Amino acid sequence: MVFLGGQVLPGNVGRAILGPFADQRAVDALNHSLGVDRPLLTQYGSWIWNFIQGDMGTSYIFRSPVAPFVIDALGNSMKLAAVAFVLVVPIGILGGVIAALNLNRPLDRIISLGGLSVTVLPEFVTGIILILIFGVWLRWLPISAAWPRDAGFFTQLYYLILPSLPLFLVLFGYIARMARSGMIEALDSDYTRTAVLKGLPWRTVIWRHVLRNALLPTITVIATQTGYLIGGLVVIETLFRYQGIGSLIFTAARGKDFPVLEAGILTIGIVYAVATLAADFLYSVLNPRIRLGTDQ
Amino acid sequence: MTEPAKPANALELHDLSVAYRVGGRNRAVLRNLSLGIGQGEAYGLVGESGCGKSTVALTVVRYLPRNGSITGGAISLDGQDVMKLDAEALRRARAESVSMVYQDPGKALNPSLRIGRQLTEIFELGGVSGQAASDKAIAMLNRVRISDPASVMQRYPHQLSGGMQQRVAIAMALANDPTMLILDEPTTGLDATVEAEVLDLIAQLRQELSASILFISHNLAVVSNMCDRVGVLYAGMLVEEGPTDVVFNDPRHPYTVALLRCLPRGGQRKDHGRLDTIPGFLPGIGAAIRGCAFADRCALATDRCRTELPPLYDLGGRLSRCHYHEQAQSLPRATPSDAAASTPKAAAESVLRVEGLNKTYASHGHALRAVKDVSVSLRPGETLGLVGESGSGKTTIARLLLGLVPPDEGGRIELEGKPLAARLDNRTADQIKAMQIVFQNPDSALNRSHSIRHLISRALKRLAGLSGAALQARLDELVRSVRLTDRHLAVKPRQLSGGLKQRVAIARAFAGEPRIVVCDEPTSALDVSVQAAILNLLADLQSKEHVSYIFISHDLAVVRYLSDQIAVLYLGRIMELGPSENVFAGPHHPYTEALLSAVPKLDQTETSRIRLDGEIPSATNPPSGCVFHTRCPRKLGAICEEQEPSLAEAEPGHTIRCHIPYAELARLQKQKAVQTEPA
Repeated sequence: MVFLGGQVLPGNVGRAILGPFADQRAVDALNHSLGVDRPLLTQYGSWIWNFIQGDMGTSYIFRSPVAPFVIDALGNSMKLAAVAFVLVVPIGILGGVIAALNLNRPLDRIISLGGLSVTVLPEFVTGIILILIFGVWLRWLPISAAWPRDAGFFTQLYYLILPSLPLFLVLFGYIARMARSGMIEALDSDYTRTAVLKGLPWRTVIWRHVLRNALLPTITVIATQTGYLIGGLVVIETLFRYQGIGSLIFTAARGKDFPVLEAGILTIGIVYAVATLAADFLYSVLNPRIRLGTDQ
Repeated sequence: MTEPAKPANALELHDLSVAYRVGGRNRAVLRNLSLGIGQGEAYGLVGESGCGKSTVALTVVRYLPRNGSITGGAISLDGQDVMKLDAEALRRARAESVSMVYQDPGKALNPSLRIGRQLTEIFELGGVSGQAASDKAIAMLNRVRISDPASVMQRYPHQLSGGMQQRVAIAMALANDPTMLILDEPTTGLDATVEAEVLDLIAQLRQELSASILFISHNLAVVSNMCDRVGVLYAGMLVEEGPTDVVFNDPRHPYTVALLRCLPRGGQRKDHGRLDTIPGFLPGIGAAIRGCAFADRCALATDRCRTELPPLYDLGGRLSRCHYHEQAQSLPRATPSDAAASTPKAAAESVLRVEGLNKTYASHGHALRAVKDVSVSLRPGETLGLVGESGSGKTTIARLLLGLVPPDEGGRIELEGKPLAARLDNRTADQIKAMQIVFQNPDSALNRSHSIRHLISRALKRLAGLSGAALQARLDELVRSVRLTDRHLAVKPRQLSGGLKQRVAIARAFAGEPRIVVCDEPTSALDVSVQAAILNLLADLQSKEHVSYIFISHDLAVVRYLSDQIAVLYLGRIMELGPSENVFAGPHHPYTEALLSAVPKLDQTETSRIRLDGEIPSATNPPSGCVFHTRCPRKLGAICEEQEPSLAEAEPGHTIRCHIPYAELARLQKQKAVQTEPA
């Protein structure tokens, strides 16, 4: 898809690289050496074949193999995603659980409404506001995510807090809402009634009977969001000048650097697929109904 | 049975009032309810849905929904005032003295915990843990007659059948040796044979345990078999109370009288006349009631009834909340009994003929024979009843006939003498029109966002091809024939009660003047008074329009009322097929015999019941020979395991699939003197 899209878009690769004043012959020669004058299907076939073998092709702009760029960027994105993930998943679930346990009381309203309001704000708005508050005004955190060379783990972490906050805000409301509705459903269920009527202490009812059933659907949601955390960060990475896969794709798209663009997007696709697969796997492990099937 | 150290009553409700907060207002659900259940006594609470039965149960254990509150009165459980208990004391009361079992055991058990864990945690509360708790759990499962309890302990709820799940739920409820056991519709939704097993179990456990029982059910026959005393609840008030047999045989409140008349009893059939109904509706929750709650629906009501709330008159060991309790039984019928039933013309050509119908599904690489070699024929104006436990193929047959799923190659379906294509897509518009269906749940069958007028007109447009004035005229006629009024046309389905919604569904099915209407459990979700009205309606429409029905129901009395022919299905095979009266009167197939025997009857004449052991075998791996031999109480021997018997003619038009010769069946069944009249 991306491959076709890149081909259909107006513009000529050689022309884009060499600039508008270059000689037409030079452009043709460059196009030939890059292989972009070959028939479309041949190009596609060789590209896919090479990708499977681990060769992502050669960048048009940097004139070097694509793979190191993509892998580096992916690594960086994963760091950012990991920080955001570690922040948002426990807090989001906790928020949802607390909201459900205080259903329709002020605490629930604050969490639900607050979560929803920050979720609907796009990350470039929250990102800028957070930069202004923590980076410019309070000066607690660096406004750029680009940490100095040879920075240690904690320094990197320090640089990543501010960029991960907008992600946290986007996902918090979402995860909290899922956890909340899962909890409400589980609390209203007949098996919870059974547990309460057995005379179990409230704490046992929640921990043993409610939580596990309540959070199953939330896990699926979280996993699909993992894909977003890694692949959908163009805005955040640009805003914080962070060398992740989102900004790599963005740059590549502007420069018509198709090998990089295609490799980047395919990589994100793979990450999505793997994350969803992992979620399904986790779900089936936690859910005996799927794990064991029916006895029929 | 009273033990001296204990208070006289295990449960005592005094002037209990409960309200639900709906739309910012407290609406009364229970109104000054007082009742007492003695030590070791089984008390039945009956009434239609919405009368507050389950609210009573939930109030006793203080588990009302968030919007529910106790607005007055007192509950005393084993001498303890439940209302005054703090959270911890309430928890202890639940752990030690009261237990509850409710409908739908599949939901009542935690889906992600093993059975063993769910049982042992109860013993852990009592300070028993580890192996000792497991041993106790196994003993408990043994007690509820679960064979191989050790393996059941390791399973998850979804790996057990409905009957097993309910046994486990009962085991959990009895684990703390409660003084009060609340059973809220414990067998509703289970198959008749499974229901019979669970009821037997409860009856046996009653002998072994000292627990008092509050048994809540909409099924009068179940209550009459299980309980010593019964209370009839109407609009949150007790309207009648007394010893079970006395109340059911000699009711003293018009509501009880009317309720009992709604049931098709003693083999009543459509050509004997219509069932009685109860006009009007139950007052909604929170309705202001000045006089007698039932006055609006009672043909005996006078001005006094409408203005003066009758007290619970004490009639010597029984109570009735009716000013005119002596006359209750002279309540005139709400629906005249005399209605001409259609008699199928003997010589008439079959409207439907099915031959050699098969359906095999592929299930995880195995062939699942959902329907095997089914042949039936149906004459105009005749009803074919399909009965059998769940999984017997009733609904699959309906779907095959309607063309919703294609049957296997080779079978034939003929409609009015012409072959009918297997798939709906290949049928002509006329053929589609000729066969319609009414589903069990009118809620999901009607589009919620359309008005009733739109729903019915659309069917008239699509099926009858009508428009303009002709459509309007037919709409009026149709609406009148299902006894809806213009008032109902403007509203959306959610504003109608279940019975009215089912009328809309019936009107829609009749829009195209069908030849055959498939009724798939059309009254299962309805209260008995509403069920009676729907059955009457179906019978009336049949005699007027000469339409044929294929009627699927698990309720044998209902099937008997409407059917001319009955097909008894087991694992997709017809085990017995014949005229309704012959099938019911017997001699019948051993499976039919067991099904009939499993039905709880209002007049407790029968004490011994034929029990079917085990569960329906899987259709992917049906037993060899006669598929019923694994559960058959009359199994002959090797022949049943090796050879599948054929459907042999027992008497003209009545065929039975059994190795036992007909004369022998007659002798065996007469010997047992099994009473075959269902309630």
